[in-house]
Amino acid sequence: MTTTSDERVDRAADHRPEPASPGATPGVGAPGRPARAPHAPADTGLATYLLRLGDDALVLGQRLCQWITRAPMIEEDLALSNIALDLIGHARTLLTLAGRLDGTGRTEDDLAFTRHERDFTNTLLTELPNGDFAVTVARQLAYTHYASLHYEALAGCPDRELAAFGARAVKEVAFHRLHADRWVRRLGGGTAESARRMQRGLERVWPYTAELFDEDDLVRRLAAAGTVPSPAPLRPVWEQRVTEVVTGAGLTVPVPSWRARGGRSGLHTEEFTDLIGELQSVRRQFPGGTW
Amino acid sequence: MNRDEGAPASWEVFLRARRGLAHQHVGSVRAAGPDAALAVARDLYTRRGDPLSLWVVRSDAVHAVSPDERDPYFAGTHGKPYRYPEHFPPLTEEGSEGDHDQ
Amino acid sequence: MSAPTAVTGEAGQEEPLTRFEALIAQGGTIEPRDWMPDGYRRMLIRQIAQHAHSEIIGMQPEGAWLTRAPSLHRKSVLIAKVQDEAGHGLYLYSAAETLGVDRADLLDALHLGRQRASATFNHPALTWADTGAIAWLTDGAAVINQAPLCRTSYGPYARAMRRVCQEEAFHVRQGYDLMRALCEGTPEQKAMAQDAVDRWWLPAVALMFGPPDTEAGGADARTAALGAAVSRRAMAWGIKRHTNDELRQRFVDQCVPQAERLGLTLPDPAIRWNEERGHYDFTPIDWDTYRTALGDDTHWARRRIDHRRTAHEDGAWVREAATAYAAREEAGASADASGPAVPRQAQEERA
Repeated sequence: MTTTSDERVDRAADHRPEPASPGATPGVGAPGRPARAPHAPADTGLATYLLRLGDDALVLGQRLCQWITRAPMIEEDLALSNIALDLIGHARTLLTLAGRLDGTGRTEDDLAFTRHERDFTNTLLTELPNGDFAVTVARQLAYTHYASLHYEALAGCPDRELAAFGARAVKEVAFHRLHADRWVRRLGGGTAESARRMQRGLERVWPYTAELFDEDDLVRRLAAAGTVPSPAPLRPVWEQRVTEVVTGAGLTVPVPSWRARGGRSGLHTEEFTDLIGELQSVRRQFPGGTW
Repeated sequence: MNRDEGAPASWEVFLRARRGLAHQHVGSVRAAGPDAALAVARDLYTRRGDPLSLWVVRSDAVHAVSPDERDPYFAGTHGKPYRYPEHFPPLTEEGSEGDHDQ
Repeated sequence: MSAPTAVTGEAGQEEPLTRFEALIAQGGTIEPRDWMPDGYRRMLIRQIAQHAHSEIIGMQPEGAWLTRAPSLHRKSVLIAKVQDEAGHGLYLYSAAETLGVDRADLLDALHLGRQRASATFNHPALTWADTGAIAWLTDGAAVINQAPLCRTSYGPYARAMRRVCQEEAFHVRQGYDLMRALCEGTPEQKAMAQDAVDRWWLPAVALMFGPPDTEAGGADARTAALGAAVSRRAMAWGIKRHTNDELRQRFVDQCVPQAERLGLTLPDPAIRWNEERGHYDFTPIDWDTYRTALGDDTHWARRRIDHRRTAHEDGAWVREAATAYAAREEAGASADASGPAVPRQAQEERA
């Protein structure tokens, strides 16, 4: 696999006959009806975009699953599994939509279990290893504040199915955000040890936060057509909100001297190979299986 | 063994499970602080159904009648049959159903 | 509304033990602040703690497959199930705490080996099918075991168990459904399902119900008498409602037709319908079989406890931070407060 998703996006764009008109986003039809008229090319641009969001939710959900039975207290096993469950739910909706829109008819499971690691387009932030609890909390802080802004904006997009998803997901993510905010405050204001670890957790994940707001040609085009929200304008609000939480906890918002990028084009961390290998292992051991 | 410095406080959990019901005691949780208690109670007692509202109250804030005080408090409720409608003849021939407008 | 009938005897004038026994005999419920014999309290603490520990340790064999579930639907279901187990552990720990013990002490006892979880989970979950077999067989056994506990004599335990039982029914069904999917799949999938059943049948039928406690269960007269003595005491106190062997029979009767529908073989050649008894015969769980089921595989028993203890120790700094933070918040709040502040939300919601 050598192509990056950006290249594929560009090719896909050539097929687009016209910009999506608001209220008539193609491809998302009533259930039971073919998603698109047979002659129309698949809406791979939007599909690629949804795949990115779906991969974010899937991969972060997978990471949180690794906490279960290992959390600092049993209550936290419960809390993290609740969040994981919501994230897997988001992934299922988004991957299903993506598979329907891209014209391949792939199901959520086809997309989750048969793609190779280079085909996944989640941000590097979501795949970062769990680290200690503070690293996980820092990752949750960054992601949940981003997701809540992003899903809120998605709730206003013209595609009715996607808007409905955004409206549902934003409510769930609001609780995840509360969970992250409270832990940042508790760890920041707890003991010297917890404050040190929390600060270190923030330093660890902060270089990976910028990628959440990256805009490439695909996103710019979809945003310009009004199909999906543009992520870049969300960033100042995100900055302001996370800064409030972090400084309120007596901690410092890191100013990274570098930033990570690559997940959106399928260039992942080395640890990601293990994550995907684990995710797909049973499915791959039993070709042709039904589950 | 590294026992935690002071176990987290105990909280009683009350849930309004459905519209029209009073908040009901559903159990207790341990948590350091009210926010944490609410979050734990949410994860523990609201995974199913369509709950409307959730309260937590510090367990040590509940004042209770002790078993020794049971008699002074409750013995007086016995032997007062006139507090119940069955103590009196029904208002109509049909029996007690006749008491109610249907 | 009808007038309450007078409680047997004049409360307060009898010996506490007489009052306790009368209440039990009437099928009444004992509540936390009631007087209770020490033996009753000890037996309850032991049983509830072991039950709670089993829920927490029982998260591990299935929890290990959360990251490998072969479909996103199965992954969601398994998360929801493992999560329920954490919840059940918490319900039960808080029931135990009403008896005057501390959850932290109970966890320490588990971590140090002074208290145990059910030995069922000392067996490894080696394949995906194990998550199905565990849910179908061991949760199936647990439901049979636990249904009578919803009427156990100790109020907080009975209430916790009602909650547990309500939630547990989903566990068994999803396990059966998972096995059904494997049995209807490829030959390799079906072989995986059969292998899992071969390994989980004995732990379920033997360990989930406890040692033999009747002669009918296959124990010789002496060991049956020993087991029966423990069961009898628990039953006299209304903690248990049935013998281990009685519940075990109920479990076998339930499983055999289910296995037939799946096309799987339960690994017990003695299983046969007995017209006369109206039950399935099966190899009696005598003490030897029971010990075999316990296994001498201290490796897995130790692994489960090590996993639990590591999580607990790694999380110590988080728990300390939470406690320190809450203490500081509380101190700050009481310093700020200039009167008995009632949170607005609670005022609005006053029942």
